[in-house]
Amino acid sequence: MTEGPRIGQDEWVARSAENIGRHPLLRAADRVPGWARLLLFVVAVALIPLITDDGYINAVVFDTLIFCLLAVGLNVVVGWGGLLDLGYIAFFGVGAYTYAILSSEKFDLHLSSLVVMAICVILGALLGLLVGLPSWRLSGDYLAIVTLFVYQIFISIVTNGHDLFGVDLTGGVNGIANLDPFDLFGIEIVVSKDGIFNSNYVYVALGVFLVVFTALYLVNHSRIGRAWRALREDTLAAELMGMPTDWLKLLAFAFGAAVASLTGSLFASLKVGVFPETFSLTLLITVYAMLILGGVGSQTGAVVGAVVVYVFLEALRDPDVSGWVFYLAALVALVLVVRPRRMIAVVLAATAVFGFVVHAIAGAIDPDWTTSAPPDADAVTRFLDAWVVIPQTPGDAKTIAYIGLIALILLATTVKGIWRWAVLVPTLYLAAFVWENVMSQQPDVTRFVLLGALLVGVMVTRPSGILGERRVEVV
Amino acid sequence: MDYDQFFQTIVNSATLGSTYALIALGYTMVYGILKLLNFAHGDVFMVGAYVGFGVLTLFGGAIDPSISIWLVLLLMALAAMAACAVLGVVIERFAYRPLRDAPRIAPLISALGVSFFLSYSVQLLFGAEHRTYDSFNMAGGKLYEPAVTIGSFSISWLRVIGIVAALVLMLLLWLLVARTRIGKAMRATSIDRDAAAMMGIDIDRVIMFAFVLSGALAGAAGVLFALRTDVYPQMGFTPGLFAFTAAVIGGIGSIPGAMLGGFLLGTVEALTVTYLTQWIGIPVGLSNLVIFSLLIVFMLVRPQGILGRPDIKKV
Repeated sequence: MTEGPRIGQDEWVARSAENIGRHPLLRAADRVPGWARLLLFVVAVALIPLITDDGYINAVVFDTLIFCLLAVGLNVVVGWGGLLDLGYIAFFGVGAYTYAILSSEKFDLHLSSLVVMAICVILGALLGLLVGLPSWRLSGDYLAIVTLFVYQIFISIVTNGHDLFGVDLTGGVNGIANLDPFDLFGIEIVVSKDGIFNSNYVYVALGVFLVVFTALYLVNHSRIGRAWRALREDTLAAELMGMPTDWLKLLAFAFGAAVASLTGSLFASLKVGVFPETFSLTLLITVYAMLILGGVGSQTGAVVGAVVVYVFLEALRDPDVSGWVFYLAALVALVLVVRPRRMIAVVLAATAVFGFVVHAIAGAIDPDWTTSAPPDADAVTRFLDAWVVIPQTPGDAKTIAYIGLIALILLATTVKGIWRWAVLVPTLYLAAFVWENVMSQQPDVTRFVLLGALLVGVMVTRPSGILGERRVEVV
Repeated sequence: MDYDQFFQTIVNSATLGSTYALIALGYTMVYGILKLLNFAHGDVFMVGAYVGFGVLTLFGGAIDPSISIWLVLLLMALAAMAACAVLGVVIERFAYRPLRDAPRIAPLISALGVSFFLSYSVQLLFGAEHRTYDSFNMAGGKLYEPAVTIGSFSISWLRVIGIVAALVLMLLLWLLVARTRIGKAMRATSIDRDAAAMMGIDIDRVIMFAFVLSGALAGAAGVLFALRTDVYPQMGFTPGLFAFTAAVIGGIGSIPGAMLGGFLLGTVEALTVTYLTQWIGIPVGLSNLVIFSLLIVFMLVRPQGILGRPDIKKV
C-alpha cells in the first residue's frame, strides 16, 4: 500500500519505524555487512560449476549472472537516478553487436575480448550521454516515451542493417553468426567442450559481475551517489542546493548504458550469434520485473530479484518441474496472503474436497470431461487426474475458465471476511484447472503471463519490492 | 507527379490517422485526468480486435454469416466496445487505483505489467498465429468495391467506413464531453482534481467513466483496424506507441489535440513510407527510423504539443 511516513515525520524516524515492521529474517540480513553478502554470493556461485558439470545448469548460472548485471545497471538509472529508461535494452544490444562486429568473421576483425569490452564500455557511456540529453528538457512519462523511441530506432537499424546505404553492418534479421569465443590475454575459452557448456564462462561472468558491482557500490557511496538520491527525491530541491542536476542525470544514463553495453559484449561472447529478436521488449520488461521485485534502489535487491525471476522463468520452461513450480508458487502466495495462518490448512482441505466433488459431478454428467491417468503413473499424477477436471476436448472451456480465474482472483482481493474464504476455495481449484488445461501446455507463454501479473501484483502490494528502500517523503 | 499515388497516400493517411486518433483519444482522456501514461491501452485495442474476431466467428465467419454482414459488423464493433470498456474499468480498479498517490513511476510500471499480461494471455488462449477477419470476402468483396470515384482514382467502402465511423465516434465523444454533466465533471477533474473533489464531484466515478470511454474507443478502433490488417497478440504495440505520440503531438490532455495529432501522425507515416523513402533513397524498412527521429525532435522542441499548454511547475 502507499501509506509511507506521516506528514511531518522525520526521515530517520520513518526509517526506524520501518525497521520495526520488517520481517525478523530481513532484519537479520540487514545486519550482515555488504561485503560479506557479496562474498557469500560470489562463493556460492563459484562453487556451482565445481559441484556439477551439467552444461545446462552452468549455462543457466551464466545467464543468471548476465541478468544480475543488467538489473544492477538498470538500478543505476531507475533506482538511483529516478529516471524511467525504456531504451535500456538498446544499450545491451549495442554491446552485443559491437562485440559481434569487432570480433567475428563478419569483417574479419578479431580483436581481443578485453579490448572489445573496453570499447563497449566507452561506446555505451557515450551513447548513454547522448540518449540522456532529452532528460534536460523532459521528465517522467515524456522521457520514458523518448527512450522507447530510441529503442525503436535501435531495432529498426539492426533489423535493416544488412543494407545501410549499401553497407552490410548488422546482417539484418539473420544477425551476425560465428562470433569469436571469449579470450583472456590470448587464451581462448571455447564455448563448449565436447558439446558441454564450458563452466569457465561462469567464472568470466562472475569476474565481470564482481568488478561492476563493486564499482557501482563505490559510486553509490560517493558524492555522486548521494547526489543521485537527492535528484531522485526532489530534482528542484537538489538544483537549489547547487547540484549540477543536468550532468547528474547524464551521468546516471551513462553509467547504466555502460554496464548494459559491457554485459552485451559478455553475452555475445558466449552465443553463436546475435539477432535483432533477442533484444525484444520482453527482455526489457523481464529486467524491469527483476528490479521491481528485488526492490528499486537496492543493489542487493537487484541481484536477488534477477536470481529469483530468472530461476523461476527457467524452471517454468522445463516440463518436468514446471508443475511443481506452479503449485509451489500458489502455496507461497497463499501463505503470504492468508491470515491467520492456521486457516491455510482449512482452505487447502476445503479445496481438496471441493475438487473431488466437482470432479465427481463432471464425471457423472459426461465421462469425456474427465481423464483417468494411466495405471503406471506416479501417485501425484494419479491424484491430480482424480481431482482436477481435464476435459478431453477443452475447447471454449479454456477461455471461460481463464477469464473466470482472473475474475475470481480480483474478487478475492476485494471481498472481506467470510466471503474471502468462500471465494478462495474455487479460485484455487480453478487455478489448478487452468494450469492443467491451458498453461502447462505452453510454458513459454505462461511464464510471461505470470511475469506480467507479478509486476502488477508487486507494484500494487509492495512497491518497494523485497529489499527496496521505502520512499520517504518529508513535507 | 503521380496524382493517383498522391491521392492514394492521402486516403491512406486519413484511414491510418482516424485509427490513431481513436486510440489517442483514450490516452489523452486518461492522461488528462490521472496524469498516467496508460501503457496497456494498446493492448486493450488488441483485445478489441480479438473480440470482434470472436463475434465474427460466432456468426459463421466472413464468407457465410448467418445474418446480414452489415449487422455482424455493427455487432462486432459494439461487442468490442463493451468488452474493452469493462476491461478498461477492471484495469483501472485493480492496477491503477491502489497506486493513485504513489510516485509517478509506480503506475507506469504497473501499466507495463498489465500490457505484458494482456498480450501474453491472449497468446496463451488463442495462439501467436496471425488471424484475419477475411474482410476481402465480407459481403462478397463489397468492402473493396469503390465507394467514391474521382476520375481514375477511387476510394473503397472499407476506407469510407473506417473514416466515417471514426469521425462519428469522435463527434459523439465531443458532444459527451462538451455538453453533458459528466463531461463537465471530467473537464473539471482534469483541470484540478482536488478542487473538483471539493466541489462535490465523485472523482472515482469520473475516472471510471474516462476508462469506459477510452476502452470503448479502443475497442472500436481495434475492429476498424483489424478490417485492414492481421490480428495477433502483439498487434497493439506499434499503433499504441504511435497513438500515444499522436496524443503528445496534439497536446496531451486536449481532446481536439488528440484528433489533430492522430491525423497528423497518420499523414506523416503515410507520406514517409511513400515519398521520403523514395526521395532520400533509403530502404522502406528504415522509414521507422525517420519517423521516430522526427518524433524525438518534436518532443524535444515542443513537448506540450500543438494545442497543449506547457506544464509549468510551481514551487
